[in-house]
Amino acid sequence: MLDFVQQLVSGVALGCVYGLIALGFVLVYKATEVVNFAQGDLMMLGGFFAFTFIGMMGLNYWIGFAGAVAAMALFGMLAERVVVRPILGYPQFSIIMATIGLGYFLRSVAGMIWGTDDFKIETPFSQGVLRIGSLVLAHDKLSVIAATVILCALLWLFFNKTTLGTAMRASSENMLAAYYMGIPVKRVVSIVWAISAAVATCAGVLLAPITFIHSNVGLVLGLKAFPAAVLGGFGSIPGAVVGGVLIGVIESMAGFYLAEGWKDVAPYLVLLAVLLLKPEGLFGLHTRKKV
Amino acid sequence: MRFLFKTDYEDDIRLFPHSGYVVSYSLLLAVLLIAPYVLSSYLMSQLVFVCIYATVGVALLILTGFTGQASLGHAAFLAIGAYTAAYLQKYNVPFPLYFLAAGALAGLIGALVGFPALRLQGIYLVIATISFAFIVEEILARWESVTNGNEGLRIKAPSLLGVTISRDSPTFYFICLAVLVLTIVGTLNLLRSPTGRAFVAIRDSETAARSMGVNVALYKVKSFAISAAITGFAGVLFAHKLSFISPEMFTLQLSIEFIIVILIGGTFSLHGAVLGAIFIVMIDPFLTYLKDDMPGIIAGIAATFGAGTATAANIQSKVAAFASLNGLKGAIYGIIIMLFVLFEPLGIYGRWLKIKLFFQLFPLYKRATFKRQKIYVKSERNR
Repeated sequence: MLDFVQQLVSGVALGCVYGLIALGFVLVYKATEVVNFAQGDLMMLGGFFAFTFIGMMGLNYWIGFAGAVAAMALFGMLAERVVVRPILGYPQFSIIMATIGLGYFLRSVAGMIWGTDDFKIETPFSQGVLRIGSLVLAHDKLSVIAATVILCALLWLFFNKTTLGTAMRASSENMLAAYYMGIPVKRVVSIVWAISAAVATCAGVLLAPITFIHSNVGLVLGLKAFPAAVLGGFGSIPGAVVGGVLIGVIESMAGFYLAEGWKDVAPYLVLLAVLLLKPEGLFGLHTRKKV
Repeated sequence: MRFLFKTDYEDDIRLFPHSGYVVSYSLLLAVLLIAPYVLSSYLMSQLVFVCIYATVGVALLILTGFTGQASLGHAAFLAIGAYTAAYLQKYNVPFPLYFLAAGALAGLIGALVGFPALRLQGIYLVIATISFAFIVEEILARWESVTNGNEGLRIKAPSLLGVTISRDSPTFYFICLAVLVLTIVGTLNLLRSPTGRAFVAIRDSETAARSMGVNVALYKVKSFAISAAITGFAGVLFAHKLSFISPEMFTLQLSIEFIIVILIGGTFSLHGAVLGAIFIVMIDPFLTYLKDDMPGIIAGIAATFGAGTATAANIQSKVAAFASLNGLKGAIYGIIIMLFVLFEPLGIYGRWLKIKLFFQLFPLYKRATFKRQKIYVKSERNR
């Protein structure tokens, strides 16, 4: 029983990691209907920025964290301006390819600048352990869970309660109509990319003590976070986190209870099964084109 | 400029719209048949890979270009073809038989993947095909009694009519070329048949196709099966060319490469698959060439513009250091993909058509002919 609870908790922690990255996917999709395959690589880059500020320049953890988030927000805007804006509205697949290209580029450039070693950031959460009875929880994992919950709540409030959030939803629904209503669509899209890059940076920095930072971490985790976002129903913020947690729990349970090899496949099997039954994911809206 | 006067329905669906096609394609075929006796063995080997990649490109075009169903899992079908060949070869099944069996098995599995994919669209389909490819990759790594796991399988050279064909021989190249040409001709025939028109109708609007009486589900599954079967055939050739296969060759990376083939070549015509394959296969030797020769060339240019010998040598060493940076290839790759999506979404073949039209209309060409319209996002969720 204890094993089960321990596995469950570590699965939830792992799942929150996926959820955190998936949040970035969902944000961009929700506001612009663009699927950003470079999301994981934005996370990797955020991690490297934080490493540069904290590990190499010796800044305070929180100042370095904030600096990395700010720098990445600017970088997100730049990426949107250069890569995405010219092709916004084109078939989804060409945008996916453009972001895959962006991902390639970021990975190689990060590899050229920082090398291909693993890096680690010293964080206030690296050491401590929380004990509840005989249950052991590392602080770094708890920090990821807490950050996921907080970010998810903030983003949900932002999208549903603020004017800017409403503007974002409007411009994703129909860009031209949004223009007519006086929404500055270009700025809105720019802002949403900044936010999503900032969320990715949070994920990257919080993950640093758990997975370390190297130039391929974005690809590896992005490929897990992506099913999480799809499982939850692309475009649903709570869905991203629920999907992430589900994938994380399935992965850690499969790794513990099933034979070797199931761990990597189980999330995808579950994903395929869910898509078979509910093609729009768990929290997606079922819609059909009206003629 | 040539004007085609069409007097009959058959004129619209001819394989060769006019005699110019016959001349240019027979010339091309003649050049390709002479190639192995002229080119170096390295270039020949690259040419075989061009044939294999182009075959997969054609397969992917049927599915993605003409039926509109995106797939990032074609490496899995290639793997199924390759492993079927390797496995059956161990039991002394003759080459033609396991070649067909590999295509049939890949096609069957393609149809099985097509069924669940019926309800999925856009991004959900992409992720479903990625998941499928991951599962296949994992099965290949774990099913050791058949696939020999991560250690991989060796595959002997194929033998046809009692003669063993080495993977570097011209005969093997001719087999690959024949498979490619047959695939292209077969696909052209498919596309001008009712099946092909149904595919295109589904791509353009599923709802409209359904209301015109097209059985969307049936044709989607057909498209998946045909595409997978052709990829399976290519897989057999791929395995023979490499003579060794292991699961880590058939990763998502390879699937992405196949998509890049058709994206860079052009997704609206079969020419695109071949041009894209040439591009993808030849970019490697080209980059190596640049890496070796570029520093010298740049230093030479600097010297002619009045830089001293010391400065020129300095520039040469700096450029050489930059060119040998780890991962430069990936960056160039990424930039190329982005540039194509941003500036030439119709691919190399689209660019070629534009250039051709420019000369055909020579003084009258208007730049606005191919100007892209501004498109605004409209939610796909409400579509």
